[in-house]
Amino acid sequence: MGIEILGLPMMYYIAMVAKVLVAFIFVLLTVAYATYAERKIIGHMQVRLGPMRTGWHGLLQPIADGVKLFFKEEIVPSQASTFAFLIAPLIALIPAFITFAVIPFGGVIEVAGYKIPLQIASYIDVASGKVYDVNVGVLYILAMSSLGVYGIVLAGWASNSKYSLLGGLRASAQMISYELSAGLAIVSVFMLSGTLSLNEIVTQQSAMGGFGWYVFKQPLAAFMFFICSLAEINRTPFDLPEAETELVSGFCTEYSSMKYAMFFMAEYANMVTVCALTATLFLGGWNGPLTAEVPLLGPVYFVAKVYILMFVCMWIRATLPRYRYDQLMHLGWKVLLPLSLLNIVATGIIGYFIN
Amino acid sequence: METLFFAIITLVAIVSAILVISCKNPINSALSLVMTFFCLATYYVMLDAPFMAAVQVMVYAGAIMVLIVFTIMLLNIRVDATKKHTHKVVLGSIIGFFTLINTVFLLLKGHVAVPTGPYSGEMIKQLGHTELIGKEMFTNFLLPFEITSILLLVAIVGAVILAKKKL
Repeated sequence: MGIEILGLPMMYYIAMVAKVLVAFIFVLLTVAYATYAERKIIGHMQVRLGPMRTGWHGLLQPIADGVKLFFKEEIVPSQASTFAFLIAPLIALIPAFITFAVIPFGGVIEVAGYKIPLQIASYIDVASGKVYDVNVGVLYILAMSSLGVYGIVLAGWASNSKYSLLGGLRASAQMISYELSAGLAIVSVFMLSGTLSLNEIVTQQSAMGGFGWYVFKQPLAAFMFFICSLAEINRTPFDLPEAETELVSGFCTEYSSMKYAMFFMAEYANMVTVCALTATLFLGGWNGPLTAEVPLLGPVYFVAKVYILMFVCMWIRATLPRYRYDQLMHLGWKVLLPLSLLNIVATGIIGYFIN
Repeated sequence: METLFFAIITLVAIVSAILVISCKNPINSALSLVMTFFCLATYYVMLDAPFMAAVQVMVYAGAIMVLIVFTIMLLNIRVDATKKHTHKVVLGSIIGFFTLINTVFLLLKGHVAVPTGPYSGEMIKQLGHTELIGKEMFTNFLLPFEITSILLLVAIVGAVILAKKKL
């Protein structure tokens, strides 16, 4: 294949950079327009119009918001721990983005005679045509989400404000509790798939024309994983860390300008990640009709599934009131955790008798 | 490619390890320690042990360090930059010097051992690291695994009893 750099064809590097850019720009654009979509959807659900002034039906609103936040004054509280205060938004934002490295968003496409698997951290063995990816993909995602908690805890502590500290403490307790149940909920998926590689999990779900999706085999796990993920990324009805009626704005009270925007982006990027992960694990990933004939349909199906799940998140936000803190802990430790453990036991027993 | 990557990661690991002991603020030290753990996880990946890498990040960076950060935050340790201790410098530098000599000696005189045991590197790549660990843990090492679980259970019950004022 023409020029080679360090033993790999030139096309490999081009494809890699292109995949990274496409995934990154997709997440960034989705994050920007998710804020608009959320306001618009909740507006219409509450019989309002939502943003209407900027552009046609308010379509330029995210850009206006971005420009506004960008030009705001940058304030660092005088009693804050400067280093932790400055680095916290980055720690919150980066894990949300790098999770996308292992999520497969399509099958194998062919560009100029070179086969490219549509997943960032993967390569194709040209001889056998088999796609290899990170074989601990799901663990990687769990590990990254466990790093996300630092951003919020540090933000809460470093601001040196009581509202921020309370928000940070709440957030960390909540994230740690629900991380556990989310992790246990997907254990039952591995028990069926026998692998931790996300690419393999997607391939296995392609059987039986849509009924091989793990949401049909593991409905309880899918449901619990989605709930726990909502709690882990602090979305309504679990948005206690930034409960504006009691805590001003929670852990990001003292933040302004782009640093505040980064927390906002982190929240929405986490939402994209969680929806992408749910789609991959339970809704067949990029599977759908005619993907074998037209490989480019894979990403289309994947994006459609992610957007539908994101719509569900917004729908939940418009519908449900916020949980109380003790109810939240009760739900996490006394309902979801035992249920996910029972689900594992049940999957094991049923699997033993079927095989 | 791999050597270059190794060099970069090593540089980050060493710089963050130095920051752990040189930072005035304990929270910043803890953050540097997280960074060091992250670099260690990268080494595991380069040694074809992806499962160990994921566990390293999840357990050390994700769980234990969060606990340490919490403790530091709740104890609210004051940053005391004015006080300087000098009486420990002599002893510290002597210990450090001998550790350095020891390490250099080991590096120069030792030789790289070949991995022993039934599983070769090729086999691990073929069968999968996670699968092998799982298989070994639930067949040959089942008893230690069960004993560890009981130990953890006892620890949990103990923690609940300590935390609860009246039962």
